[in-house]
Amino acid sequence: MSVNQVSVFLENKPGTLNNMTEVLAKNGVNIRALSLADTNDFGIVRMLVNDVFEATNVLKEENFVAKFTPVLVYKISDETGSLNKILKFFSEANVNIEYMYAFAGKKDAYMIFRVSDTKKSEALLNAKGLKSLTQEEIADV
Amino acid sequence: MERYFQEEIERAPLEKIREIQNEKLLAQVRHVWDNVEYYRKKMQEKNLTPDDIKSIDDLHKLPFLSKADLKAAYPYGLLGCDLKDCVRIQSTSGTTGKRVVAFYTQEDIDLWDECCARAIVAAGGTNEDVCQVSYGYGLFTGGPGLNGGSHKVGCLTIPTSSGNTERQIMFIMDLQATILCCTPSYAAYLGESMKEMGYKPEDIPLKAGIFGAEAWSEEMRRDLEKTLGIKAYDIYGLTEISGPGVAFECSEQKGMHINEDHFIAEIIDPVTEEVLPEGTQGELVFTSLDKKAFPLLRYRTRDICTLTREKCSCGRTHVKMSKPRGRSDDMLKIRGVNVFPSQIETVLLNKGYAANYQIIVDRVNNTDTFDVNVEMTPDMFTDNVGEIQARKKVLEDGLRSMLGIKAKVNLVAPKTITRSEGKAVRVIDKRKI
Repeated sequence: MSVNQVSVFLENKPGTLNNMTEVLAKNGVNIRALSLADTNDFGIVRMLVNDVFEATNVLKEENFVAKFTPVLVYKISDETGSLNKILKFFSEANVNIEYMYAFAGKKDAYMIFRVSDTKKSEALLNAKGLKSLTQEEIADV
Repeated sequence: MERYFQEEIERAPLEKIREIQNEKLLAQVRHVWDNVEYYRKKMQEKNLTPDDIKSIDDLHKLPFLSKADLKAAYPYGLLGCDLKDCVRIQSTSGTTGKRVVAFYTQEDIDLWDECCARAIVAAGGTNEDVCQVSYGYGLFTGGPGLNGGSHKVGCLTIPTSSGNTERQIMFIMDLQATILCCTPSYAAYLGESMKEMGYKPEDIPLKAGIFGAEAWSEEMRRDLEKTLGIKAYDIYGLTEISGPGVAFECSEQKGMHINEDHFIAEIIDPVTEEVLPEGTQGELVFTSLDKKAFPLLRYRTRDICTLTREKCSCGRTHVKMSKPRGRSDDMLKIRGVNVFPSQIETVLLNKGYAANYQIIVDRVNNTDTFDVNVEMTPDMFTDNVGEIQARKKVLEDGLRSMLGIKAKVNLVAPKTITRSEGKAVRVIDKRKI
Protein backbone atom coordinates (compact mmCIF):
# COMPACT_ATOMS: atom_id res chain seq x y z
CA MET A 1 0.00 0.00 0.00
CA SER A 2 1.31 3.39 -0.87
CA VAL A 3 1.14 6.03 1.86
CA ASN A 4 0.39 9.73 1.64
CA GLN A 5 3.30 12.06 1.92
CA VAL A 6 2.58 15.73 2.58
CA SER A 7 4.41 18.05 0.15
CA VAL A 8 4.59 21.75 0.96
CA PHE A 9 5.73 24.73 -1.12
CA LEU A 10 8.14 27.09 0.66
CA GLU A 11 9.93 30.20 -0.42
CA ASN A 12 13.68 29.93 -0.11
CA LYS A 13 14.28 32.55 2.55
CA PRO A 14 15.06 32.58 6.26
CA GLY A 15 12.27 31.54 8.57
CA THR A 16 9.88 29.87 6.14
CA LEU A 17 10.67 26.31 7.24
CA ASN A 18 10.35 27.35 10.85
CA ASN A 19 6.98 29.00 10.15
CA MET A 20 5.77 25.69 8.81
CA THR A 21 7.08 23.53 11.68
CA GLU A 22 5.54 26.07 14.07
CA VAL A 23 2.10 25.47 12.57
CA LEU A 24 2.54 21.70 12.82
CA ALA A 25 3.88 21.84 16.37
CA LYS A 26 1.05 24.12 17.51
CA ASN A 27 -1.50 21.67 16.14
CA GLY A 28 0.10 18.56 17.54
CA VAL A 29 1.23 17.11 14.23
CA ASN A 30 4.21 14.78 14.61
CA ILE A 31 6.73 14.63 11.77
CA ARG A 32 8.05 11.11 11.22
CA ALA A 33 10.34 11.75 8.26
CA LEU A 34 11.33 14.84 6.33
CA SER A 35 13.29 15.74 3.24
CA LEU A 36 13.81 19.07 1.57
CA ALA A 37 14.30 19.72 -2.12
CA ASP A 38 15.56 23.19 -2.80
CA THR A 39 16.25 25.54 -5.68
CA ASN A 40 17.51 29.11 -5.60
CA ASP A 41 14.12 30.64 -5.03
CA PHE A 42 11.84 27.93 -3.65
CA GLY A 43 11.88 24.63 -1.85
CA ILE A 44 9.58 21.66 -1.42
CA VAL A 45 9.25 19.98 1.93
CA ARG A 46 8.29 16.34 1.77
CA MET A 47 7.31 14.60 4.96
CA LEU A 48 5.53 11.71 6.55
CA VAL A 49 3.40 12.77 9.50
CA ASN A 50 1.19 11.01 12.00
CA ASP A 51 -1.98 12.70 10.70
CA VAL A 52 -1.89 13.72 7.03
CA PHE A 53 -5.38 15.25 6.97
CA GLU A 54 -4.83 17.36 10.05
CA ALA A 55 -1.43 18.42 8.71
CA THR A 56 -2.74 19.57 5.31
CA ASN A 57 -5.78 21.25 6.84
CA VAL A 58 -3.84 23.32 9.34
CA LEU A 59 -1.23 24.22 6.73
CA LYS A 60 -3.90 25.39 4.27
CA GLU A 61 -5.52 27.47 6.97
CA GLU A 62 -2.19 29.21 7.47
CA ASN A 63 -1.91 29.90 3.72
CA PHE A 64 0.61 27.22 2.79
CA VAL A 65 0.20 25.29 -0.43
CA ALA A 66 0.23 21.63 0.61
CA LYS A 67 -0.60 18.46 -1.28
CA PHE A 68 -0.70 14.70 -0.83
CA THR A 69 1.74 12.63 -2.86
CA PRO A 70 1.65 8.81 -2.83
CA VAL A 71 4.98 7.25 -1.89
CA LEU A 72 6.18 3.70 -1.17
CA VAL A 73 7.88 2.88 2.13
CA TYR A 74 10.04 -0.22 2.62
CA LYS A 75 11.77 -1.61 5.66
CA ILE A 76 15.52 -2.01 5.44
CA SER A 77 17.40 -4.03 8.00
CA ASP A 78 20.46 -2.49 9.58
CA GLU A 79 23.12 -4.53 7.80
CA THR A 80 25.56 -4.14 4.95
CA GLY A 81 24.08 -4.52 1.50
CA SER A 82 20.40 -4.20 2.44
CA LEU A 83 19.85 -0.96 0.51
CA ASN A 84 21.71 -2.43 -2.42
CA LYS A 85 19.42 -5.43 -2.36
CA ILE A 86 16.25 -3.41 -2.41
CA LEU A 87 17.47 -1.09 -5.16
CA LYS A 88 18.28 -4.13 -7.23
CA PHE A 89 14.60 -5.07 -7.15
CA PHE A 90 13.72 -1.61 -8.41
CA SER A 91 16.22 -1.87 -11.18
CA GLU A 92 15.09 -5.36 -12.23
CA ALA A 93 11.47 -4.20 -12.28
CA ASN A 94 12.61 -1.20 -14.36
CA VAL A 95 11.06 1.26 -11.90
CA ASN A 96 12.32 4.82 -12.10
CA ILE A 97 12.92 6.49 -8.74
CA GLU A 98 12.17 10.23 -8.77
CA TYR A 99 13.54 10.77 -5.30
CA MET A 100 14.03 8.91 -2.04
CA TYR A 101 14.84 9.59 1.58
CA ALA A 102 15.16 7.62 4.76
CA PHE A 103 14.04 7.58 8.34
CA ALA A 104 15.04 5.45 11.31
CA GLY A 105 12.51 3.51 13.35
CA LYS A 106 13.09 2.08 16.81
CA LYS A 107 14.70 -1.04 15.36
CA ASP A 108 15.01 -0.83 11.59
CA ALA A 109 15.58 1.82 8.97
CA TYR A 110 12.97 2.74 6.36
CA MET A 111 13.32 4.13 2.85
CA ILE A 112 10.67 6.29 1.25
CA PHE A 113 10.47 6.15 -2.55
CA ARG A 114 8.67 8.45 -4.96
CA VAL A 115 8.29 6.67 -8.29
CA SER A 116 6.66 7.73 -11.54
CA ASP A 117 3.90 5.11 -11.55
CA THR A 118 3.19 4.21 -7.94
CA LYS A 119 0.53 1.53 -8.51
CA LYS A 120 2.44 -0.31 -11.22
CA SER A 121 5.73 -0.17 -9.32
CA GLU A 122 4.10 -1.42 -6.19
CA ALA A 123 2.66 -4.42 -8.04
CA LEU A 124 5.96 -5.24 -9.72
CA LEU A 125 7.89 -5.09 -6.45
CA ASN A 126 5.19 -7.00 -4.64
CA ALA A 127 5.56 -9.79 -7.20
CA LYS A 128 9.20 -9.95 -6.22
CA GLY A 129 8.23 -10.43 -2.59
CA LEU A 130 8.86 -6.84 -1.50
CA LYS A 131 5.93 -5.51 0.52
CA SER A 132 5.54 -1.81 1.15
CA LEU A 133 4.35 -0.54 4.52
CA THR A 134 0.85 0.82 5.20
CA GLN A 135 0.07 4.02 7.06
CA GLU A 136 -0.82 2.01 10.18
CA GLU A 137 2.36 -0.01 10.06
CA ILE A 138 4.44 3.15 9.87
CA ALA A 139 2.69 4.53 12.94
CA ASP A 140 3.94 1.55 14.91
CA VAL A 141 7.60 1.62 13.97
CA MET B 1 -34.94 42.51 -21.30
CA GLU B 2 -32.54 45.41 -20.99
CA ARG B 3 -33.29 47.76 -18.13
CA TYR B 4 -32.29 51.39 -17.74
CA PHE B 5 -32.09 53.71 -14.78
CA GLN B 6 -32.81 56.83 -16.85
CA GLU B 7 -33.99 55.42 -20.14
CA GLU B 8 -34.82 58.70 -21.87
CA ILE B 9 -31.33 60.14 -21.51
CA GLU B 10 -29.47 56.83 -21.78
CA ARG B 11 -31.13 56.15 -25.15
CA ALA B 12 -31.27 59.74 -26.41
CA PRO B 13 -30.41 60.24 -30.08
CA LEU B 14 -27.01 61.71 -30.79
CA GLU B 15 -28.46 65.11 -31.77
CA LYS B 16 -30.17 65.34 -28.41
CA ILE B 17 -26.91 64.46 -26.59
CA ARG B 18 -25.07 67.11 -28.60
CA GLU B 19 -27.73 69.68 -27.78
CA ILE B 20 -27.39 68.96 -24.06
CA GLN B 21 -23.59 69.07 -24.26
CA ASN B 22 -23.59 72.39 -26.12
CA GLU B 23 -25.86 74.04 -23.64
CA LYS B 24 -24.05 72.67 -20.58
CA LEU B 25 -20.55 73.34 -21.90
CA LEU B 26 -21.22 77.05 -22.43
CA ALA B 27 -22.59 77.40 -18.93
CA GLN B 28 -19.73 75.38 -17.44
CA VAL B 29 -17.02 77.42 -19.18
CA ARG B 30 -18.67 80.57 -17.84
CA HIS B 31 -18.87 79.01 -14.34
CA VAL B 32 -15.18 78.10 -14.39
CA TRP B 33 -14.14 81.51 -15.75
CA ASP B 34 -16.06 83.26 -13.02
CA ASN B 35 -14.93 81.03 -10.16
CA VAL B 36 -11.63 79.33 -10.88
CA GLU B 37 -8.83 81.84 -11.18
CA TYR B 38 -6.27 79.14 -11.97
CA TYR B 39 -8.13 78.10 -15.13
CA ARG B 40 -9.09 81.65 -16.08
CA LYS B 41 -5.37 82.48 -16.21
CA LYS B 42 -4.77 79.43 -18.38
CA MET B 43 -7.48 80.64 -20.76
CA GLN B 44 -6.09 84.17 -20.76
CA GLU B 45 -2.67 82.82 -21.71
CA LYS B 46 -4.34 81.48 -24.84
CA ASN B 47 -6.23 84.76 -25.35
CA LEU B 48 -9.54 83.06 -24.75
CA THR B 49 -12.69 84.33 -23.10
CA PRO B 50 -15.89 82.35 -22.55
CA ASP B 51 -17.31 84.11 -25.66
CA ASP B 52 -14.85 82.17 -27.83
CA ILE B 53 -16.54 78.90 -26.88
CA LYS B 54 -19.78 78.85 -28.83
CA SER B 55 -20.35 75.09 -29.04
CA ILE B 56 -18.58 71.81 -28.42
CA ASP B 57 -16.83 72.32 -31.76
CA ASP B 58 -14.76 74.96 -29.96
CA LEU B 59 -13.82 72.59 -27.13
CA HIS B 60 -10.41 71.91 -28.65
CA LYS B 61 -9.44 75.56 -28.11
CA LEU B 62 -9.58 75.19 -24.33
CA PRO B 63 -6.38 74.49 -22.38
CA PHE B 64 -5.78 71.07 -20.86
CA LEU B 65 -5.56 70.26 -17.19
CA SER B 66 -3.23 67.54 -16.00
CA LYS B 67 -2.16 65.92 -12.79
CA ALA B 68 0.61 68.54 -12.61
CA ASP B 69 -2.05 71.28 -12.51
CA LEU B 70 -3.85 69.49 -9.71
CA LYS B 71 -0.60 69.38 -7.79
CA ALA B 72 0.13 73.06 -8.46
CA ALA B 73 -3.37 74.13 -7.44
CA TYR B 74 -3.52 71.89 -4.36
CA PRO B 75 -5.60 72.06 -2.25
CA TYR B 76 -8.13 74.77 -3.08
CA GLY B 77 -6.90 76.23 -6.38
CA LEU B 78 -9.44 74.48 -8.59
CA LEU B 79 -12.39 74.83 -6.29
CA GLY B 80 -15.39 76.06 -8.32
CA CYS B 81 -17.71 77.30 -5.59
CA ASP B 82 -17.82 78.62 -2.05
CA LEU B 83 -16.75 76.20 0.63
CA LYS B 84 -20.12 76.67 2.31
CA ASP B 85 -21.70 74.92 -0.69
CA CYS B 86 -19.29 71.97 -0.55
CA VAL B 87 -20.35 68.98 1.48
CA ARG B 88 -17.57 66.44 0.95
CA ILE B 89 -14.15 65.66 -0.39
CA GLN B 90 -12.81 62.42 -1.84
CA SER B 91 -9.16 61.74 -2.45
CA THR B 92 -7.21 59.32 -4.60
CA SER B 93 -5.17 56.55 -3.10
CA GLY B 94 -2.20 58.45 -4.60
CA THR B 95 0.80 56.20 -5.10
CA THR B 96 3.20 59.01 -5.95
CA GLY B 97 3.39 62.66 -5.13
CA LYS B 98 0.56 64.74 -3.67
CA ARG B 99 -2.84 63.24 -3.13
CA VAL B 100 -5.63 64.53 -5.33
CA VAL B 101 -8.41 66.15 -3.34
CA ALA B 102 -11.72 66.61 -5.16
CA PHE B 103 -14.68 68.59 -3.81
CA TYR B 104 -18.40 67.91 -4.11
CA THR B 105 -21.58 69.88 -3.61
CA GLN B 106 -24.69 67.89 -2.72
CA GLU B 107 -25.81 68.17 -6.37
CA ASP B 108 -22.43 66.83 -7.52
CA ILE B 109 -22.90 63.80 -5.28
CA ASP B 110 -26.49 63.22 -6.46
CA LEU B 111 -25.31 63.25 -10.05
CA TRP B 112 -22.46 60.88 -9.25
CA ASP B 113 -24.85 58.51 -7.45
CA GLU B 114 -27.10 58.54 -10.52
CA CYS B 115 -24.17 57.59 -12.74
CA CYS B 116 -23.44 54.62 -10.48
CA ALA B 117 -27.13 53.71 -10.43
CA ARG B 118 -27.07 53.54 -14.23
CA ALA B 119 -24.15 51.11 -13.97
CA ILE B 120 -25.93 48.89 -11.43
CA VAL B 121 -29.13 48.76 -13.50
CA ALA B 122 -27.09 48.01 -16.64
CA ALA B 123 -25.64 45.03 -14.76
CA GLY B 124 -29.21 43.81 -14.18
CA GLY B 125 -29.77 45.40 -10.76
CA THR B 126 -33.25 46.24 -9.45
CA ASN B 127 -34.71 47.23 -6.08
CA GLU B 128 -35.06 43.51 -5.33
CA ASP B 129 -31.30 42.99 -5.33
CA VAL B 130 -28.94 42.73 -2.41
CA CYS B 131 -25.85 44.70 -3.32
CA GLN B 132 -22.64 44.17 -1.35
CA VAL B 133 -20.22 47.07 -1.70
CA SER B 134 -16.76 45.73 -0.91
CA TYR B 135 -14.87 48.71 -2.25
CA GLY B 136 -13.09 50.69 0.42
CA TYR B 137 -15.26 53.36 2.06
CA GLY B 138 -13.62 56.58 3.08
CA LEU B 139 -11.44 58.81 0.97
CA PHE B 140 -11.44 56.29 -1.89
CA THR B 141 -14.35 56.95 -4.27
CA GLY B 142 -15.14 53.25 -4.83
CA GLY B 143 -17.21 52.63 -1.70
CA PRO B 144 -19.12 55.93 -1.50
CA GLY B 145 -19.89 55.91 -5.26
CA LEU B 146 -21.38 52.45 -5.53
CA ASN B 147 -23.06 52.87 -2.14
CA GLY B 148 -24.86 55.94 -3.47
CA GLY B 149 -25.76 54.19 -6.72
CA SER B 150 -27.09 51.18 -4.88
CA HIS B 151 -29.33 53.41 -2.74
CA LYS B 152 -30.70 55.18 -5.84
CA VAL B 153 -31.59 51.85 -7.43
CA GLY B 154 -33.18 50.77 -4.17
CA CYS B 155 -31.04 47.69 -3.62
CA LEU B 156 -30.56 46.45 -0.09
CA THR B 157 -27.03 47.77 0.37
CA ILE B 158 -24.43 45.91 2.44
CA PRO B 159 -21.66 48.41 3.14
CA THR B 160 -18.95 45.90 4.06
CA SER B 161 -16.14 48.07 2.69
CA SER B 162 -12.94 46.18 1.85
CA GLY B 163 -11.05 43.62 3.92
CA ASN B 164 -12.07 40.99 6.47
CA THR B 165 -12.66 38.33 3.84
CA GLU B 166 -14.41 35.89 6.16
CA ARG B 167 -17.01 38.48 7.08
CA GLN B 168 -17.46 39.38 3.40
CA ILE B 169 -18.21 35.75 2.59
CA MET B 170 -20.50 35.40 5.57
CA PHE B 171 -22.62 38.34 4.36
CA ILE B 172 -22.69 37.10 0.77
CA MET B 173 -23.96 33.71 1.91
CA ASP B 174 -26.19 34.69 4.86
CA LEU B 175 -27.88 37.69 3.26
CA GLN B 176 -27.84 36.08 -0.20
CA ALA B 177 -26.10 39.00 -1.89
CA THR B 178 -26.81 39.09 -5.63
CA ILE B 179 -24.50 41.91 -6.71
CA LEU B 180 -20.88 42.37 -5.66
CA CYS B 181 -19.04 45.67 -6.17
CA CYS B 182 -15.28 45.69 -5.58
CA THR B 183 -11.94 45.79 -7.34
CA PRO B 184 -11.34 42.86 -9.69
CA SER B 185 -8.30 41.78 -7.69
CA TYR B 186 -10.37 41.64 -4.52
CA ALA B 187 -13.12 39.75 -6.35
CA ALA B 188 -10.49 37.21 -7.41
CA TYR B 189 -9.32 36.92 -3.83
CA LEU B 190 -12.86 36.42 -2.57
CA GLY B 191 -13.43 33.84 -5.29
CA GLU B 192 -10.29 31.93 -4.34
CA SER B 193 -11.22 31.99 -0.68
CA MET B 194 -14.75 30.78 -1.36
CA LYS B 195 -13.42 27.99 -3.52
CA GLU B 196 -11.06 26.95 -0.73
CA MET B 197 -13.97 26.93 1.69
CA GLY B 198 -15.67 24.45 -0.63
CA TYR B 199 -18.28 26.74 -2.25
CA LYS B 200 -19.06 25.86 -5.85
CA PRO B 201 -20.15 28.60 -8.27
CA GLU B 202 -23.73 27.28 -8.11
CA ASP B 203 -23.75 27.61 -4.29
CA ILE B 204 -22.91 31.31 -4.51
CA PRO B 205 -26.01 33.57 -4.67
CA LEU B 206 -24.21 36.35 -6.59
CA LYS B 207 -25.39 36.95 -10.16
CA ALA B 208 -23.44 40.05 -11.15
CA GLY B 209 -20.21 41.78 -10.24
CA ILE B 210 -19.32 45.42 -10.89
CA PHE B 211 -15.57 45.62 -10.85
CA GLY B 212 -13.37 48.65 -11.41
CA ALA B 213 -10.63 50.98 -10.14
CA GLU B 214 -7.99 48.72 -11.68
CA ALA B 215 -7.13 47.62 -15.19
CA TRP B 216 -8.21 44.02 -15.76
CA SER B 217 -8.22 41.70 -18.72
CA GLU B 218 -10.83 39.64 -20.58
CA GLU B 219 -9.14 36.51 -19.23
CA MET B 220 -9.66 37.75 -15.71
CA ARG B 221 -13.32 38.43 -16.52
CA ARG B 222 -13.81 34.83 -17.68
CA ASP B 223 -12.01 33.59 -14.60
CA LEU B 224 -14.15 35.65 -12.20
CA GLU B 225 -17.36 34.70 -14.00
CA LYS B 226 -16.46 31.03 -13.69
CA THR B 227 -15.36 30.99 -10.03
CA LEU B 228 -18.17 33.16 -8.71
CA GLY B 229 -20.88 32.03 -11.14
CA ILE B 230 -21.68 35.62 -12.18
CA LYS B 231 -21.61 38.05 -15.08
CA ALA B 232 -18.75 40.49 -14.48
CA TYR B 233 -19.12 44.13 -15.57
CA ASP B 234 -16.46 46.77 -15.80
CA ILE B 235 -16.98 50.25 -14.42
CA TYR B 236 -14.73 53.24 -15.01
CA GLY B 237 -14.13 56.50 -13.27
CA LEU B 238 -11.63 58.73 -11.59
CA THR B 239 -11.74 60.90 -8.53
CA GLU B 240 -10.81 64.01 -10.51
CA ILE B 241 -13.97 63.72 -12.62
CA SER B 242 -16.24 62.29 -9.87
CA GLY B 243 -15.47 58.64 -9.20
CA PRO B 244 -16.73 55.31 -10.52
CA GLY B 245 -19.64 55.57 -12.93
CA VAL B 246 -18.14 57.99 -15.46
CA ALA B 247 -18.53 55.01 -17.79
CA PHE B 248 -19.95 51.52 -17.31
CA GLU B 249 -20.54 48.27 -19.14
CA CYS B 250 -23.91 47.06 -20.37
CA SER B 251 -25.24 43.57 -21.18
CA GLU B 252 -23.06 43.48 -24.30
CA GLN B 253 -19.93 43.52 -22.05
CA LYS B 254 -17.96 45.09 -24.83
CA GLY B 255 -16.80 48.57 -23.97
CA MET B 256 -18.19 51.05 -21.44
CA HIS B 257 -20.83 53.70 -22.16
CA ILE B 258 -19.66 57.13 -21.08
CA ASN B 259 -22.37 59.21 -19.40
CA GLU B 260 -22.22 61.86 -22.10
CA ASP B 261 -24.92 64.05 -20.62
CA HIS B 262 -22.47 64.75 -17.78
CA PHE B 263 -19.04 64.32 -19.34
CA ILE B 264 -17.54 65.06 -22.76
CA ALA B 265 -14.87 62.58 -23.78
CA GLU B 266 -12.11 63.27 -26.27
CA ILE B 267 -9.19 61.18 -27.44
CA ILE B 268 -5.91 62.99 -28.02
CA ASP B 269 -2.43 62.13 -29.14
CA PRO B 270 -0.57 62.20 -25.81
CA VAL B 271 2.50 63.73 -27.45
CA THR B 272 1.14 66.32 -29.91
CA GLU B 273 -2.06 66.88 -27.86
CA GLU B 274 -4.03 66.85 -31.09
CA VAL B 275 -7.61 65.59 -30.97
CA LEU B 276 -7.92 62.22 -32.73
CA PRO B 277 -10.99 60.92 -34.55
CA GLU B 278 -13.28 58.40 -32.84
CA GLY B 279 -11.95 54.87 -33.24
CA THR B 280 -8.30 55.88 -32.87
CA GLN B 281 -6.33 54.84 -29.83
CA GLY B 282 -5.06 57.66 -27.67
CA GLU B 283 -5.29 59.37 -24.32
CA LEU B 284 -8.71 59.93 -22.84
CA VAL B 285 -9.62 63.51 -21.90
CA PHE B 286 -12.72 64.48 -19.92
CA THR B 287 -14.66 67.67 -19.54
CA SER B 288 -17.05 67.63 -16.66
CA LEU B 289 -20.29 69.41 -17.62
CA ASP B 290 -22.26 69.53 -14.41
CA LYS B 291 -19.88 69.43 -11.53
CA LYS B 292 -19.86 72.71 -9.67
CA ALA B 293 -17.36 72.16 -6.83
CA PHE B 294 -14.57 70.62 -8.88
CA PRO B 295 -15.33 71.57 -12.49
CA LEU B 296 -12.42 70.23 -14.52
CA LEU B 297 -12.29 71.13 -18.20
CA ARG B 298 -10.28 68.95 -20.59
CA TYR B 299 -8.64 66.87 -17.88
CA ARG B 300 -6.00 64.48 -19.20
CA THR B 301 -6.66 61.09 -17.63
CA ARG B 302 -3.48 59.44 -18.95
CA ASP B 303 -5.66 56.42 -19.73
CA ILE B 304 -5.03 54.93 -23.15
CA CYS B 305 -8.15 53.69 -24.96
CA THR B 306 -10.41 54.17 -27.98
CA LEU B 307 -13.94 55.61 -28.36
CA THR B 308 -16.58 54.03 -30.58
CA ARG B 309 -20.10 55.05 -31.43
CA GLU B 310 -21.27 51.85 -33.08
CA LYS B 311 -24.85 50.83 -32.41
CA CYS B 312 -24.94 48.86 -29.17
CA SER B 313 -27.28 45.90 -28.70
CA CYS B 314 -28.31 47.23 -25.29
CA GLY B 315 -30.03 50.21 -26.86
CA ARG B 316 -27.89 52.85 -25.18
CA THR B 317 -26.66 55.59 -27.48
CA HIS B 318 -23.81 57.05 -25.45
CA VAL B 319 -20.32 56.62 -26.85
CA LYS B 320 -18.33 53.61 -25.65
CA MET B 321 -14.75 53.54 -24.47
CA SER B 322 -12.62 50.43 -24.66
CA LYS B 323 -11.08 48.97 -21.52
CA PRO B 324 -8.07 51.21 -20.91
CA ARG B 325 -4.89 49.36 -21.76
CA GLY B 326 -3.75 50.65 -18.44
CA ARG B 327 -3.40 54.07 -16.94
CA SER B 328 -0.24 55.59 -18.28
CA ASP B 329 0.63 55.96 -14.59
CA ASP B 330 0.67 52.17 -14.46
CA MET B 331 2.66 51.84 -17.64
CA LEU B 332 6.27 50.97 -17.04
CA LYS B 333 9.12 51.56 -19.36
CA ILE B 334 11.49 48.66 -18.83
CA ARG B 335 14.61 48.43 -20.95
CA GLY B 336 12.92 50.87 -23.30
CA VAL B 337 9.80 48.76 -23.73
CA ASN B 338 6.31 49.78 -22.60
CA VAL B 339 4.89 47.24 -20.18
CA PHE B 340 1.32 47.31 -18.87
CA PRO B 341 0.55 45.22 -15.78
CA SER B 342 -2.63 44.02 -17.52
CA GLN B 343 -0.51 42.23 -20.13
CA ILE B 344 1.22 40.27 -17.39
CA GLU B 345 -2.12 39.37 -15.89
CA THR B 346 -3.29 38.00 -19.24
CA VAL B 347 -0.27 35.69 -19.50
CA LEU B 348 -0.61 34.49 -15.90
CA LEU B 349 -4.23 33.53 -16.33
CA ASN B 350 -3.57 31.86 -19.68
CA LYS B 351 -0.83 29.74 -18.12
CA GLY B 352 -2.98 28.58 -15.24
CA TYR B 353 -1.81 30.87 -12.44
CA ALA B 354 -4.02 33.21 -10.43
CA ALA B 355 -3.87 36.94 -11.12
CA ASN B 356 -1.86 37.56 -7.97
CA TYR B 357 1.41 39.11 -8.95
CA GLN B 358 3.77 41.94 -8.25
CA ILE B 359 6.21 43.56 -10.63
CA ILE B 360 9.53 44.65 -9.19
CA VAL B 361 11.73 46.85 -11.31
CA ASP B 362 15.18 47.96 -10.29
CA ARG B 363 18.30 49.24 -11.98
CA VAL B 364 21.56 47.40 -11.48
CA ASN B 365 24.71 48.49 -13.36
CA ASN B 366 22.61 50.74 -15.60
CA THR B 367 20.39 47.88 -16.69
CA ASP B 368 16.79 47.43 -15.66
CA THR B 369 16.02 44.29 -13.75
CA PHE B 370 12.49 43.03 -14.17
CA ASP B 371 11.08 40.53 -11.70
CA VAL B 372 7.55 39.25 -11.50
CA ASN B 373 6.54 37.67 -8.21
CA VAL B 374 3.78 35.15 -8.72
CA GLU B 375 1.83 33.46 -5.95
CA MET B 376 1.95 29.67 -6.01
CA THR B 377 -1.49 28.08 -6.25
CA PRO B 378 -2.63 24.56 -5.30
CA ASP B 379 -3.31 23.87 -9.00
CA MET B 380 0.22 24.72 -10.08
CA PHE B 381 1.99 22.96 -7.22
CA THR B 382 3.47 19.48 -7.48
CA ASP B 383 6.10 17.79 -5.32
CA ASN B 384 8.40 17.62 -8.33
CA VAL B 385 11.01 20.38 -8.56
CA GLY B 386 11.65 19.77 -12.26
CA GLU B 387 7.96 20.05 -13.08
CA ILE B 388 7.57 23.33 -11.15
CA GLN B 389 10.59 24.73 -12.92
CA ALA B 390 9.27 23.59 -16.30
CA ARG B 391 5.95 25.36 -15.59
CA LYS B 392 7.83 28.46 -14.52
CA LYS B 393 9.75 28.37 -17.78
CA VAL B 394 6.48 28.18 -19.75
CA LEU B 395 5.34 31.28 -17.86
CA GLU B 396 8.59 33.15 -18.53
CA ASP B 397 8.41 32.26 -22.22
CA GLY B 398 4.81 33.46 -22.33
CA LEU B 399 5.77 36.77 -20.73
CA ARG B 400 8.63 37.18 -23.13
CA SER B 401 6.48 36.66 -26.19
CA MET B 402 3.78 39.02 -24.85
CA LEU B 403 6.11 41.82 -23.74
CA GLY B 404 9.13 41.40 -25.96
CA ILE B 405 11.52 41.47 -23.00
CA LYS B 406 12.60 38.84 -20.53
CA ALA B 407 11.17 38.82 -17.03
CA LYS B 408 12.42 36.75 -14.14
CA VAL B 409 9.60 34.91 -12.42
CA ASN B 410 9.83 34.26 -8.69
CA LEU B 411 7.32 31.88 -7.19
CA VAL B 412 6.16 33.13 -3.80
CA ALA B 413 3.93 31.71 -1.09
CA PRO B 414 0.15 32.27 -1.37
CA LYS B 415 -1.35 35.49 -0.02
CA THR B 416 2.03 37.13 0.49
CA ILE B 417 1.51 39.88 -2.09
CA THR B 418 0.34 43.01 -0.31
CA ARG B 419 -3.18 44.24 -0.82
CA SER B 420 -4.15 47.71 0.32
CA GLU B 421 -7.76 48.94 0.49
CA GLY B 422 -8.50 45.83 -1.54
CA LYS B 423 -6.50 47.39 -4.35
CA ALA B 424 -3.49 45.23 -5.10
CA VAL B 425 -0.06 46.82 -5.15
CA ARG B 426 1.06 45.65 -8.58
CA VAL B 427 4.22 47.59 -9.22
CA ILE B 428 7.26 48.36 -7.13
CA ASP B 429 9.68 50.53 -9.06
CA LYS B 430 12.94 50.89 -7.15
CA ARG B 431 14.80 52.66 -9.95
CA LYS B 432 16.21 56.00 -9.01
CA ILE B 433 16.19 57.90 -12.27
